[in-house]
Amino acid sequence: MQLTVNGRPAGIEDKDSLSVTALLDELKVKDALYVTVELNGEIIDRPVFDNTVVKDGDSLEFLYFMGGGR
Amino acid sequence: MLTEEQIQRYSRHIILKEVGGKGQQKLLDGKVLIIGAGGLGAPIALYLAAAGVGTIGIADADEVDITNLQRQVIHFTADVGKPKVESAAEKMRAINPDVTVRTYKEWVSAANIAGIIADYDFIIDGTDNFAAKFLINDACVQGNKPYSHGGILQFVGQTITVLPGQSTCYRCIFPEPPPKDAIPTCSQAGVIGVLPGVIGSIQATEAIKFLLGKGELLAGRILMYDALGMEFRNVAIKRNPNCPICGDNPTITVLRDELDALTVCDLEH
Repeated sequence: MQLTVNGRPAGIEDKDSLSVTALLDELKVKDALYVTVELNGEIIDRPVFDNTVVKDGDSLEFLYFMGGGR
Repeated sequence: MLTEEQIQRYSRHIILKEVGGKGQQKLLDGKVLIIGAGGLGAPIALYLAAAGVGTIGIADADEVDITNLQRQVIHFTADVGKPKVESAAEKMRAINPDVTVRTYKEWVSAANIAGIIADYDFIIDGTDNFAAKFLINDACVQGNKPYSHGGILQFVGQTITVLPGQSTCYRCIFPEPPPKDAIPTCSQAGVIGVLPGVIGSIQATEAIKFLLGKGELLAGRILMYDALGMEFRNVAIKRNPNCPICGDNPTITVLRDELDALTVCDLEH
């Protein structure tokens, strides 16, 4: 399936759909334990990562903590 | 009424149709609080002072350290050891005597923040730790104070403007701070010196736009900047109905310090 991840195309081979949890693993997303996931413009709450399905054509944004400022 | 000298000083503002004499007067009547007199706070304080924002508060309990000078451009070598708020206030007053600078040589906490922000029109987060970033969000949402969040790390930065009750807040995106020491901050991970100049200048721009009432604020969308890729991205983010502070059923009703989010290096400041 073909996704848009952080504004860029990303292909996932041999899969038609995946849970958010599985996708984080598949894409080897850094800081997967703390990343915020936005799927098609909606923030997905972490407790439902396992049963939220990502499918062909979906758009995702991964948002990371940035704690610096000084 | 602007004086002759002010008309000259702010002539490049006044000539802009979005500013004019009226807009410049709004800036002179404006009150902005900068929390953190470091990497982000430095360009913010310099530009807001130069722009003629009439009252600028600056809060930081720290003293200038030699490791700050690579990026905190408001502090000079001779300022090492001096309280950061004093060092910053000297430069701001020297740039523009029109500006009243109020210094707060203290860390913001659940006990003092509501009182500090109360008198300001717009708040800017220039802090370097999650405890402060979450506290500023919570206090501004509860106090209905528009504010600009900024965060930087290594070569990347992000910023969003929060209009409480109207637009996405920091906790809509990140409901809770990360566990202690899970995400590197400050001295551990490094930061390219010019990065806070880029993000801080954007935060200062938002404060000025807010005071002028012009343009589109960076609300409901987060701006992400990657200095290595030299790329800016805007990501639209809706309010989160489950947000613990501005959602439908808020669970945070009393300000609290996120003590678990303090890292060892925060405590060393």
